[in-house]
Amino acid sequence: MKQVDARGLSCPEPVIMTKNALASKEAAYEVLVDNVTAKENVTRFASHQGYQVQVEEQGEDFLLRITK
Amino acid sequence: MKNEKKAIVAAGLVIGVISALLVFFGNPVNMGFCIACFLRDTAGALGFHSAPVVQYIRPEIIGLVLGACIMAMVSGEFKARGGSAPVTRFILAVFVMIGCLMFLGCPFRMILRLAGGDGNAIFGFVGFALGIFAGVFFLKRGYTLKRSYKMPALEGQLFPVLQIVFLILLVAAPAFIHFSTEGPGSLHASIWIALAAGLIVGGLAQKTRLCMVGGIRDAVLFREWKLLMGFVAIFASALVMNLILGAVTGTPFFNPGFAGQPVAHTDGLWNALGMFLAGFGCVLLGGCPLRQLVLSGEGNTDSAVTVIGLMVGAAVAHNFGLASSGEGPTSNGKIAVIIGIAVVTVIAFMNSRKKAD
Repeated sequence: MKQVDARGLSCPEPVIMTKNALASKEAAYEVLVDNVTAKENVTRFASHQGYQVQVEEQGEDFLLRITK
Repeated sequence: MKNEKKAIVAAGLVIGVISALLVFFGNPVNMGFCIACFLRDTAGALGFHSAPVVQYIRPEIIGLVLGACIMAMVSGEFKARGGSAPVTRFILAVFVMIGCLMFLGCPFRMILRLAGGDGNAIFGFVGFALGIFAGVFFLKRGYTLKRSYKMPALEGQLFPVLQIVFLILLVAAPAFIHFSTEGPGSLHASIWIALAAGLIVGGLAQKTRLCMVGGIRDAVLFREWKLLMGFVAIFASALVMNLILGAVTGTPFFNPGFAGQPVAHTDGLWNALGMFLAGFGCVLLGGCPLRQLVLSGEGNTDSAVTVIGLMVGAAVAHNFGLASSGEGPTSNGKIAVIIGIAVVTVIAFMNSRKKAD
């Protein structure tokens, strides 16, 4: 499973990092972001690419579990 | 996801109507909102520059920051953050403003100028889109200003509080604050109408993440159209509202053409190059001037520094004779825009690495 730490980065960077990660065609990914805009944008992008996204709040961060 | 798109289109429609109405209530023509112009006017009111025709503390700016701040507080999104290359952002913002004042408007006013029939804004739009492509080129090559970090709550609150201070200065109007008696700075809707307009638009922009630069950027990068739909909605509704206001009042609000457009010039090349610089710089900053105001209201101190950079850029532009006027661009302004494009390109290049972090 590939992990992406996009905390502290503002959009579009978390989405670009997610996009680059998804290119490796693994079964599951975890993307960690720390703002609502990034959470929404990464979720929207991954959904459009045909992935399922589960959001888990971890304190002030959001862990997005992305699976096919 | 569908709801998200409906929301931003609805917000765009409301914002377009408010923008047209602000002109009806007294703002300069095609300038219901102009973040660049309004920050420039506020900088002038504070005496940062001494161009007598563009000095006024614009309540729209105060409203935008506070509206976004209130909305973010209500939704629990207010977070004090900062530390992502503030000096680089400051420098980028100075040049973004110089680009905007070459064109005579920020990306928001560019849309409103198009909706008012100002053909010169078409050249601006072409330059703006090319500038965004240039920014996207570097984003794809790993451009980043690195991470921001959690800051003390007060750090995030100071910029919104500063807006309240500006509001007090505006209402109290002490002698050391400059207010234009002629020119664009003297044309404005009443304080409370303008403030309310700013609050509403600030709240809507916070909720929907509206960004003039983000629209084209995300469409190019991800085939993601949400933000661009907001952009188009503002254009459509401001255009329709201009036609309605023209029919109702008998004074045309939509005047198609190139020559004699209000607070605009007809030099197509420099309109395009000014907005190229603005679009390029804004992609590197992560958002247009409106978005920077909204983020500064959410506690993002990097954006607050960016807004301060925009104000300093406005002061520099007027102190050094870089800003265009209705007669056209100045030679100093042309040199500054070329230097700006060079500086922004170097900053983009130096911060692009294939592997960030």
